[in-house]
Amino acid sequence: MTLEIIGITVLWTFLFGYLIVASIDFGAGFFNAYSLLTGRQHILTNVIQRYLSPVWEVTNVFLVFFFVGIIGFFPKTAFYYGTTLLVPASIALILLAIRGSYYAFETYGSRGHKGYSFMYGLAGLFIPAALSIVLTISEGGFITMVNNAPVLDYRALFTSPLTWAIVVLSLSAVLYISAVFLTWYANKAGDKEATILMRKYALLWSFPTIITAVGIMVELRSHNPEHYSNMLDIWWAFGLSFLLFVGTVWLLYKKRSYGAAFGLLVGQFLIAFFAYGFAHRPYLLYPYLTIYDSFTNEAMAISLIIAFLAGLALLIPSLYLLLRLFLFNKDYVRGKKDNHA
Amino acid sequence: MGNEEAVFFSRVLTELTLSFHIIYATIGVGVPLMIMIAQWVGIKKNDEHYILLARRWARGFVITVAVGVVTGTAIGMQLSLLWPNFMELAGNIIALPLFLETFAFFFEAIFLGIYLYTWDRFENQKKHLLLLIPVAVGASFSAVFITIVNAFMNAPQGFDVVDGSLVNISPLLAMFNPAMPTKVAHVVVTAYMTTAFILAAIAAFRLLKGSNHVYHKKALYLTMKVGLVFSIATVIIGDFSGKYLAEYQPEKLAAAEWHFETGGNAPLILYGVLDDGEVKYAIEIPFALSILAHFNPTAEVIGLDQFPEDEVPPLYIHYLFDLMVTIGMSLVGLAGLYWLGKLLKWSFVDSKLFRWLIVLGGPASIIALEAGWWLAEVGRQPWILRGIMRVEDAATTSAHVDTMLLLFAGLYVVLGIGTIVVLSRMFRKNPVERELEDRHIERGGDIS
Repeated sequence: MTLEIIGITVLWTFLFGYLIVASIDFGAGFFNAYSLLTGRQHILTNVIQRYLSPVWEVTNVFLVFFFVGIIGFFPKTAFYYGTTLLVPASIALILLAIRGSYYAFETYGSRGHKGYSFMYGLAGLFIPAALSIVLTISEGGFITMVNNAPVLDYRALFTSPLTWAIVVLSLSAVLYISAVFLTWYANKAGDKEATILMRKYALLWSFPTIITAVGIMVELRSHNPEHYSNMLDIWWAFGLSFLLFVGTVWLLYKKRSYGAAFGLLVGQFLIAFFAYGFAHRPYLLYPYLTIYDSFTNEAMAISLIIAFLAGLALLIPSLYLLLRLFLFNKDYVRGKKDNHA
Repeated sequence: MGNEEAVFFSRVLTELTLSFHIIYATIGVGVPLMIMIAQWVGIKKNDEHYILLARRWARGFVITVAVGVVTGTAIGMQLSLLWPNFMELAGNIIALPLFLETFAFFFEAIFLGIYLYTWDRFENQKKHLLLLIPVAVGASFSAVFITIVNAFMNAPQGFDVVDGSLVNISPLLAMFNPAMPTKVAHVVVTAYMTTAFILAAIAAFRLLKGSNHVYHKKALYLTMKVGLVFSIATVIIGDFSGKYLAEYQPEKLAAAEWHFETGGNAPLILYGVLDDGEVKYAIEIPFALSILAHFNPTAEVIGLDQFPEDEVPPLYIHYLFDLMVTIGMSLVGLAGLYWLGKLLKWSFVDSKLFRWLIVLGGPASIIALEAGWWLAEVGRQPWILRGIMRVEDAATTSAHVDTMLLLFAGLYVVLGIGTIVVLSRMFRKNPVERELEDRHIERGGDIS
């Protein structure tokens, strides 16, 4: 394994972590707002708050880790993506900032403004949409070099079906992942009403997710044939991912072992995400930037990897402690104990 | 948009984001330590007042930390969005501390979540206090690592440029650059100092506004003592910073001190105005600049005459320097007087006027903090990486920076107002007196 591959694997893993934890967070915000609208707030709010409160800050760190890490391992990305992403990334940042801080304001400060809950729920959908544009851009065709500087063609970007397919996938995946997780969590909390409702949402969003995912592959066939044929080479990985999807839906449908259903879902996304990334390689930005020509120097790469391993040794036990105290602690999940400061 | 405009707006947006973020970042570094001290004192003395103090600070801290996190995310990404050329270069040499910072932040975030939601979960309070240690360590180390990056911008090393490409890169050498010791120490210690004075201001304000509860007196005494210790430390580190500048960034020192001509027996110029290149109405302290720069009243101090005109920082940084030093010294005096007054039982330290001065100390310390950062950043101009890369060569070529500036300015207004409203509502709705009653706290000893 070369240093380049180690570097991108580390980053891709953290991006995957962000995808899962942020999806749960964003989706939860949306379901909360939606239940307000339909007058079913009493069913969901408690479950959602119990899960989100101690972990929301950790979610954010996954994203920071990714964009700081990519500058470290692949400094040239700063030039290409930094220059072109000013507008979409700024919008995502502003939404993230409002959403994150108002979550704290509302939870710890004062409760109960409806307009706020709607804003919060909607922002949670706009953020993945804005962030997913980065993946679209990386497929190539939207950036041209003008006077040695990359320029993003917004017109081409917003009129491309690929863009919208990826946006739709990001939204339905957010809602699907979140719903499956919350079904499990509500069930653990012994909250029957919430479990029934979340299970319904999970089943509802499973099909748009899988249909758009397939649609994107078809779209890529004409947009980026090289990526498409690389994906076909590892068709078995996508097939396996699909089987896991079927497993999740089946378990949900049968109302059985929601924990396992969520486990299968993570497996499904993990395999699909890494297979997609594997086929995307070596390009970071097609066709200008590969992981090889943008890679940092060897001294920096090695020191970053050492730092990463040392950091991981610290993080894994801490994350385990966090999960044990809140996610896997029956009294906490069931709301019997609230030891907030 | 012409590139000159992009450079200008990139500078304004970065300055705005940093000026806003630094308030929350500083509180974020300082408050965990203060909570730790209060909780520790509470456990040691078996005094529930201090425990409640820790608990209430922790509650307020959640709000500031949330804004700190999101604005920190903003500045982290803005570095790449607004200064892509700089980050491409920096990524090659100084990415290690940036990367380490995310780990420190990660560590802090995890344990903060745990700490906040485990009050009263342990029989033994000490176990709960243990959970705060990683929060405080993570917060302080975030500051250390980020400040190392800033130090590198002032005194870059750990690489060579041969034919326009970077060779012989040593990430560790880049981290441990000459600016690092004084800068890191100054940032961390002033964060503790600023936080202590902000919290002292709140306690003094409550005492002035009718509450005469011993809880606030304890809070005031504790925070002023901590403030005194760290403000004295700041003075000592400030002196070392002067010596660092004289050796490695003489143009910054000379511009801040309006030291135009190289020479020995250099006096320190305080205040004054610059009129057509001439200093007027200033206070001159003989030999002081030579002492600040070299520990020696006759030593030669390099002046601005040694630098080409386009490499001299703007001279207005002198005012920023004066502002920072004046406030810092006044706070040392205020805290020292308070401590001495308490020791010798002078009644005037409990007078209304004195308490108003302490209240004033809170905002003043934030102004000093801002002035210090503006001095540090403007004093490095025209360089983004001293001697290697100029600010105008680092900026983005993207259009729309001006629009983004407006959007972010709006965001900071919303967040700033939100913080104030939420914090004041949070504490007004649940005053100390009521919370003490609700919790049936009777175990509370005397001050000190």
